[in-house]
Amino acid sequence: MVGVRLENLVKRFGKVTAVDHINLEIRDGEFVVLLGPSGCGKTTTLRLIAGLELPDEGRVLFGDRDVTYLPPRERNISMVFQSYAVWPHMTVYENIAFPMRIRKVPEDEIKRKVRWAAQLLQIEDLLDRYPHQLSGGQRQRVAVARAIVVEPDVLLMDEPLSNLDALLRVVMRSELKKLQRRLNVTTIYVTHDQVEAMVMADRVAVMRSGRIQQVGTPQEVYDKPANVFVAGFIGSPRMNLFPASVVERDGAILLDAGGLEVKLPADMAEALRRAGPPGEVIAGIRPEDIHPTDRVPPGVEPYEVEGKVDFVEPLGSDTIVHVETSGPVILMKVPGSFPVRMGDEIRVVLNLRKLHVFEKSSEKAIF
Amino acid sequence: MGEHVESYKAYKGEALKRIMVYALAVIIVAWIAVPLGLIFISAFAQPADYYNIHKLFPTHFTLDNVYTFLVVLGAWKSTLNSIIVAALTILISFAIGLPAGYSLSRYVFKGKDAFKLSIIGLRMFPVIVLAIPLVVIYLRIGLADTLIGVALAHTAMSLPFVVLITSSLFAGIPVDYEEAGMVFGLTGWEAFLRITMPLALPGLSAAAIFVFIMSWNEVFIASILTLVNRTLPADILVSALNAPDPYKFAAGFIMVLPAMIFVFFARKYLVQVWGISIK
Repeated sequence: MVGVRLENLVKRFGKVTAVDHINLEIRDGEFVVLLGPSGCGKTTTLRLIAGLELPDEGRVLFGDRDVTYLPPRERNISMVFQSYAVWPHMTVYENIAFPMRIRKVPEDEIKRKVRWAAQLLQIEDLLDRYPHQLSGGQRQRVAVARAIVVEPDVLLMDEPLSNLDALLRVVMRSELKKLQRRLNVTTIYVTHDQVEAMVMADRVAVMRSGRIQQVGTPQEVYDKPANVFVAGFIGSPRMNLFPASVVERDGAILLDAGGLEVKLPADMAEALRRAGPPGEVIAGIRPEDIHPTDRVPPGVEPYEVEGKVDFVEPLGSDTIVHVETSGPVILMKVPGSFPVRMGDEIRVVLNLRKLHVFEKSSEKAIF
Repeated sequence: MGEHVESYKAYKGEALKRIMVYALAVIIVAWIAVPLGLIFISAFAQPADYYNIHKLFPTHFTLDNVYTFLVVLGAWKSTLNSIIVAALTILISFAIGLPAGYSLSRYVFKGKDAFKLSIIGLRMFPVIVLAIPLVVIYLRIGLADTLIGVALAHTAMSLPFVVLITSSLFAGIPVDYEEAGMVFGLTGWEAFLRITMPLALPGLSAAAIFVFIMSWNEVFIASILTLVNRTLPADILVSALNAPDPYKFAAGFIMVLPAMIFVFFARKYLVQVWGISIK
């Protein structure tokens, strides 16, 4: 097993730059998720690592080995494809055995390893079947079994769960994660599903328009989004984001979001002051950091706001409440048991400790 | 009560639909099978029976007609020629058409659409216009009256078809299969041979059947380009048409037989599709 380093990777398709100067270091045995919306270059990045595409600039390193221009077969990698790509003219057994057959592994060892992988993925009963006799979830397991038998240096996965139904996806994502832990194989995983990324990743690289926006542990990208895009992309429901002006009045710093005024505590005011002269910013606060007045948890820097309930989305365990304030409509996440109806007058508390402020022009986080 | 009537009506409608479908199937099969059957029966009928106007179906059979046609009239040679020409046509048109079809389905390149359009344009070009110039050219380069010459002409006719059918065939096989092969240790060429080709085989055999039948049936070019080395249809056109009726039927039988055998063997590949749909 090895670590992977991407140095200044660039890939262009005609006039489109799909991957735009990507630098990323993946440690030996680490599970890194490339996360982003469709067309952000995450799959292209994965294909550059696999050798299925060649970069226009930059290098791909496996440990100290420069593999940038090596064909896929010389990289000792495995890949699980979005479509699974389980070969339809071979049985499950043959599919799993095929990579080892190519490597001229002795037949009895092939047999042993196919059994081992099949047992691990609970597909022992399916070994004699053809792929068209399998369900999507079973095919997916075959694809994973095939990927792990060759003991790859790097395991690549391209949205492997996106074709499964919601329930199976939840089961498989924890299974895949456990499997990776057990095998301790360096894994690069591509997805557009931020929940999947949060659950599985040791570290997440959030991508947009071919560039990496932020790299960090799931908790880091959730707590401290580096810019407006990451703030909006990570978390469900989406973070409340609205334009605001920084106003200085009577020595205090206020955030004015179109009629909703928030007075900032001294340390945050100081941070804003250091960032530059008062002006336009983008403010953000997550729905889970807004609470009804009677349900404020400890450790909150409270700021009370009045509003009217505009809409209610009950999700069972939680309820999403749209609150119309004197400024923008903000979303609040409350426990499902909380009694609330459309049209109710409501008082809510914003936790200012969890307030995010971004520069307007660069969209970069101030705090 | 009402429900019963409804379900009875539905049942009647369903039954009627089935009868119509079967009737249609019978008509279509009869349309093809009856003339073929008549040809087969007449080819083996004794001439006395065949010419007896009181007999609808002959009762005495013989191999004489077919024997005379093949051996005495020398049609075995033209039959062999036809098989050789058809085989050569399949070989050449696949050798050229398969890579062309593959690249059309897998790669993006400049002028791809224009190329595709020109292929279809070629299909619309009337062969008759080409016939005389072709003979002149063939005479000059010494291809006239050769089997390879006829095969080349047949290749020209079938190639557009092969390119189009193989390109849509390969387009129907996801590139992921090949890429998975390459990730797990194959070269691009090996991935094509060991993964894509087996999957394409049913479709390719269908294409081969069509090329075979096209070449086997083709009379016009074959008659113009050959004099001594005639293919079967060209030979029949000249010799058997002046022969008595039983020989004509024998000729018809020989004409149909290899095509039927070929289709019979290639057919199993058509059905044997491993859970993938070939467009």
